[in-house]
Amino acid sequence: MNPGTPLELLRLTLPEIVVAFSGLIALTLDLTAMQRRQLAIRWRVGAIVACVGPAVAILLLVMRPEQASLFEGMLVVNSISQLLQIVLAGFTIFAVLLSIPSEFTSHVGEYLGIVLFASAAMMVLVSTQNLLVIFASLELLSLSLYVLTGFDKRSRQSAEAALKYFLFGGMAAAFFLFGISLLYGLSGSIELKEIAGAISAHGLTPMLAVALVMTVTGLGFKVAAAPFHLWAPDAYQGAPTPSAAYIASASKIASFFLFAMVITLGFTAGASHNWHAPVLIGLIAAISMVLGNLAAIVQSSVRRLLAYSAIGHAGYMLLGIVSNNTPGLSSLLYYVITYALATIGAFGVLAAVEKQSIDRLADFAGLSRRSPWLSFCMMIFLLSLAGIPPLAGFFGKFYIFSAAIASDEKWLWLVILAIAMSAVSLYYYLRVLKQIYVKDSSADASRIETTFAMRATVGLIAALVVVLGCFPNLLLGWIDAALRVMPR
Amino acid sequence: MNGFPWISLLTLTPFAGAILILLLAGKNRNIARSIAFASGGVALILTLLLWSLFNSGSGVLQFQEQHAWIPALAVAYHVGVDGLGLLMLLLSAIVVLMSIAASWSCRQHGSLYFVLVLLLETGLFGTFTALNFVHWFFFWELGLIPAFFLIRLWGGRLRASAAMQFFVYTMVGSVALLLAFLAIYLATGKFDFIELAQLAHNGQLAPELANVLHWAHWTAAEIADCVFWAAFLGFAVKIPIVPFHSWLPAAYDEAPSGTTMLLTGAMSKMGLYGVLRILVPIFPEQMRNGLNLLLWLAVASIILSAFIAWAQTDLKRIFAYSSVNHLGYCVLGILVALKSTGGSLATEKSAALDGAFLQIFNHALIAATLFWFIALIEKRSGGLRGLNDFGGLRKVAPVFCGLMGIALFSSLGLPGLNGFPGEFLIFKGAFPLVAWATALSVIGLLITAVFLLILIERVFFGPVNDRWLAFPDLSTRERILLFPSLALMFVLGIYPQILVGMFNSTVVHLVSQMGS
Amino acid sequence: MLAWTIYISFLGAAALALMPKAGARIVRAIALLTSIAGLVLSIVQAFRFVPGQLLTVAHVIWIPSLGINYYLAADGISLTLLILNGIVAVAGVFFSWNVEQRPATFFALYLTLIGAVYGVFLSFDLFLFFVFYELAIIPKYFLIAIWGSTRREYAAMKLALYSFAGSAMVLIGIIAVFVQGGEKTMNIVVLAHSAFSLHFQMWVFPLIFLGFGILAGLWPFHTWAPTGHAAAPTAASMLLAGVVMKLGAYGCLRVAIMLFPRGLEPWGFHVLGLGSWRALFSALAVIGIVYGATVALVQKDFKFVIGYSSVSHMGFVLLGLLTLSQIGLGGAVLQMFSHGIIAGLLFAVVGRMVYDRAHTRVLSELGPMHLARVVPFAAFTFVIAAMASIGMPGFSGFVAELEILIGAWRSFPLTAVLAGIGILVSIAFTWRALDKAFFADATGANAAASPLPGISLPERLGAAVLIIATVAVGLYPRSLLDLILPAFNSPLFEGLRKGFGQ
Repeated sequence: MNPGTPLELLRLTLPEIVVAFSGLIALTLDLTAMQRRQLAIRWRVGAIVACVGPAVAILLLVMRPEQASLFEGMLVVNSISQLLQIVLAGFTIFAVLLSIPSEFTSHVGEYLGIVLFASAAMMVLVSTQNLLVIFASLELLSLSLYVLTGFDKRSRQSAEAALKYFLFGGMAAAFFLFGISLLYGLSGSIELKEIAGAISAHGLTPMLAVALVMTVTGLGFKVAAAPFHLWAPDAYQGAPTPSAAYIASASKIASFFLFAMVITLGFTAGASHNWHAPVLIGLIAAISMVLGNLAAIVQSSVRRLLAYSAIGHAGYMLLGIVSNNTPGLSSLLYYVITYALATIGAFGVLAAVEKQSIDRLADFAGLSRRSPWLSFCMMIFLLSLAGIPPLAGFFGKFYIFSAAIASDEKWLWLVILAIAMSAVSLYYYLRVLKQIYVKDSSADASRIETTFAMRATVGLIAALVVVLGCFPNLLLGWIDAALRVMPR
Repeated sequence: MNGFPWISLLTLTPFAGAILILLLAGKNRNIARSIAFASGGVALILTLLLWSLFNSGSGVLQFQEQHAWIPALAVAYHVGVDGLGLLMLLLSAIVVLMSIAASWSCRQHGSLYFVLVLLLETGLFGTFTALNFVHWFFFWELGLIPAFFLIRLWGGRLRASAAMQFFVYTMVGSVALLLAFLAIYLATGKFDFIELAQLAHNGQLAPELANVLHWAHWTAAEIADCVFWAAFLGFAVKIPIVPFHSWLPAAYDEAPSGTTMLLTGAMSKMGLYGVLRILVPIFPEQMRNGLNLLLWLAVASIILSAFIAWAQTDLKRIFAYSSVNHLGYCVLGILVALKSTGGSLATEKSAALDGAFLQIFNHALIAATLFWFIALIEKRSGGLRGLNDFGGLRKVAPVFCGLMGIALFSSLGLPGLNGFPGEFLIFKGAFPLVAWATALSVIGLLITAVFLLILIERVFFGPVNDRWLAFPDLSTRERILLFPSLALMFVLGIYPQILVGMFNSTVVHLVSQMGS
Repeated sequence: MLAWTIYISFLGAAALALMPKAGARIVRAIALLTSIAGLVLSIVQAFRFVPGQLLTVAHVIWIPSLGINYYLAADGISLTLLILNGIVAVAGVFFSWNVEQRPATFFALYLTLIGAVYGVFLSFDLFLFFVFYELAIIPKYFLIAIWGSTRREYAAMKLALYSFAGSAMVLIGIIAVFVQGGEKTMNIVVLAHSAFSLHFQMWVFPLIFLGFGILAGLWPFHTWAPTGHAAAPTAASMLLAGVVMKLGAYGCLRVAIMLFPRGLEPWGFHVLGLGSWRALFSALAVIGIVYGATVALVQKDFKFVIGYSSVSHMGFVLLGLLTLSQIGLGGAVLQMFSHGIIAGLLFAVVGRMVYDRAHTRVLSELGPMHLARVVPFAAFTFVIAAMASIGMPGFSGFVAELEILIGAWRSFPLTAVLAGIGILVSIAFTWRALDKAFFADATGANAAASPLPGISLPERLGAAVLIIATVAVGLYPRSLLDLILPAFNSPLFEGLRKGFGQ
């Protein structure tokens, strides 16, 4: 184990530092020089600054593949963590681009700063195997997200959502903390691999069971799996659209990776007889799929619909954790990244539509006439979420399901349930598309004005969804290569 | 094997005529009529030419053409004629020409009417020459569609249901026939009539059927019987034989008379032809097994239809039932020849079959002529054709009544006219073979005489109905058009040998195929 | 070269999608040229094809970690169906000539559907097959939901959900094959040679057969078909009945039967007298034949008559497939072709020639319009289509049904008799519809009240294309049978031949 030096630590965490630092710059710049400018200009300048940080971070990560583990797993840099950091930085750029020019707040600097801090927190989160660091970065992330949710001071809904999110989140954090403290008590370590070694020695003790349930509860909250999902619909609906987009996409990726790490490294590593964690998660997955998809059917708000569908998708994604092997992890990562792409794209379209109206289903009527390009992109996003080939969502589903069955035949029932539920999901996605393409718009609806940046960003995301669907190997090859060199 | 394709040429002639009408005539029925008449005429000439080239000393199939069609299913384009086929071709060509002539001045019969008639003729020619089941079935069904539309579009008040009844009944028969032949194909891998007849002759058909179709532990003979009866249904509906005749009165009644001529003159012969070409050679054993039942059906056809005809008051219906009656004689003639005699009485069998063949042709001629007269009456009376609507026509239209009288007496079987020799030969041959059936059938003869005489009395004689004082007699053109068929009645009545010479060898061959 | 059938269709669709404001004339021209190009490519390739071989069109590694390849190939069966797709596509464009509402979008979706269908017929990789198969669902939905008629949104949703439910079952099966088949490959050729265990085949076969069977109109999962067909715009119903239902049947053949022939073996016990999946599905197929025909007999809506007739005719296809004999399978493929053409023709008459003019499809309202006199060409076309539909000799349907019946006689005599009854009923309902719609007798003064617009040239061309196809195949079935039958002798069907000795 490399003891590490402070200098090396700095070098390895340079991407995170760059991102956090650009957040600070954006904040300072906006608070000092830009304060008297027009809001739109402040957004533009701020966004450019906020994009530079993640962009530089991506460059750094691409150009300098590293492989290191410092301070007993406090900082684990390897190909997979770097991959995730690149992806997370990319999503941060998307989220920033989609937020200009928003009108929900005049605190541009603060908003962008917090987005970047959250981004930095996630980047740390994916490159550690130490429970303490995990908890610290998780809290940084969560706090940032609470604030982002409540950023629209003028909206009571936003405030309510933030409060709910905060209360549930706080409780979940407590559960998680309790869980990891038990784990520490059981194993005498806060490093995931050592914990795994310690607990696989004795089977399922009552203490371990409590620790497992507590940890899974905390993580389940982060990924919005049922029955820990209650915050999600409100947060998705109440938060300002760019915040919701960010919560629904980037934080999903980080949370799922964390979930997978904790479970596969901490609870079940190298011990196939430790079946209890997968079974527990399998149950959660089943509940999530059924509840999320069935509840989504009756929603009349598109955001709530996306929130419930996110719960359903969380159920599918948990299958990747249930598989508990490399293909499972690989499929999970592919799924969550493509899912996040489609979701952030859909929220981008929502942001544009909501300039005129709110997000009732009926407000989408005739969108294809009012904005053909956005409609087309929305169709791609929703169909990808529904799992229609050749879009990315389809391959993700196929891969995650087959990985689950391949890991153990006993998951057949879960996969059948998942496939049945994804057939159900087509119904509500089609309901949205029906509004967009089939219904005629109401008389007062006019053409939707969008900025070029918005159209280009949404278009780029849509193109990514299509390309990753047609050529899954672009991403999958990358993930598999990264996983291959990852020490397990 | 493949000489000059006379038969294909013949089959295509009316089809080409139909296409020509579609292309050239448009809505002009005069052109359509001329083209139809011309192509019908060419077809008749071709048939006569075929007859002149035909070697009547041989009972085997001539002018054969054979080409692979769907080798995977053993389906080939295989055509050829023997005396039987030639007889059928001849009568079809004649009846179609008569039908076109009968529609000569029916204004409502537009171009489409003639197109359909020619298509029907194509179907007839095809049916009477095909030697492979699939190919034969193609024409068998092809004839049905134009017939349906002829009734449906130009028929009387109840044409819709009549046409539908006709269509559905025939289709039920066709499907039964189809299933029967599928079973045969399955067992033997053959669709060719000649090859199948050979198999049957060697006694291989029933065992092979049983090999493949082992239903419910039936014996080979039972399975073969079952297949036979399914096939029989197809033909029985078409002829028709009692009790499968119930579509006939409505169809004959509602169809325009020109079409009825085709229905009774030519299409009913498709059924008889099927019996002779298909059932008799392929299922002789099975027919013999069911001979008594079949004979009863034939006798029932003869007697019941005669009685029913007696009870009718509509001229068209009278002739419709009388057709069933006359066709019953043909069936009787065919059936008695199947009687197992242990090798003896071959002459009688030949006589009965000769009679049946003659009767087929003569009935076509007579029935077509009679329905033509009905068409003429309808045209003059504005559609009235009840038995009691007329009276004393003899006085106002003597030529009309005289000529129709000839046809009626011929139908009645008066010696010297063509109705006589066929019936005479049938009874002569049948009596020694199956006395009871023949004796019973005589009742039919008597009743026929009764109702035809009643008809003559009611329509031609008696006091002149005031309405018909201006009943126009036959025009010159009508006389000219009618002349050939009436002349033919005399010729064939006096010298039937013309025809008998053509098919006698075939009859001998057929008798040998039937086994003893 | 065949792969270009797919690419051309998608390129055409993309071109149309990128110019949503283009004039209808240009749009139609592009759509027509695209579909003709597809048809010509398939026909040319069919002429060059050596029967019995497997023509590899493209073979590229796609997703190596899962053993998934971009593998396009064609045998005689695929080629037959490619030609069908081409013909129906061309005719469909002709019959959509009058689409004025958003024509570019319409034809873009239309061509996407066509391209996806080409893709399914060419795919020899299970994953790719499924990708194209699902891709076909969405255009169908929009074509019906946007341009449809009676209860279009309901019908479109029902169709989409049924299809998706079916493909969900197929997906389970495919994943199972992938995971449990032992071979880490999706290559159909390889899978055809791999020996799956009997137990495995026993449960995967029904799953996949049923999944595809839903799209093929297998009773009692057929209910999407009549509503979908009736609601769809003409070209879409032509495609739905013409080729989309064939996708299901093709899937049943290519995936279920070809890869899992042992799934058809007897269970070893009997339930309700049925002793195997084969017997069970055959029974369902026959019920479909008779039921579809009987229900069609009492429909009031002209288009529903045709919709149910499709169910009945597809029953023949499924029955033919389950006979498992070369002749029955060949008949089934021929029937797919034949029904595709004939159903296309029927829907063209009902949807385009009649409904677009008369604005009603209720049989009793059509009667008084004297359509036979007002639009004689429509009547003529329908008579031809009706004759072809009831299996008149001389049309493609006859040979196909003949072969299927022969196959059925051999396997299950009872089904052959029942199917014969089905034919009778179908004759009755076809003739009833013909009679009521076109030849009903004059009743009163409203005869010829309003002259309807005449039949346009594109309609005539479209009808001509379809009529020529069905008559040509009817008179010379070898043209297709020589393609189809050798395909069943190829090594691909070895498992089937071994199990059900030929």
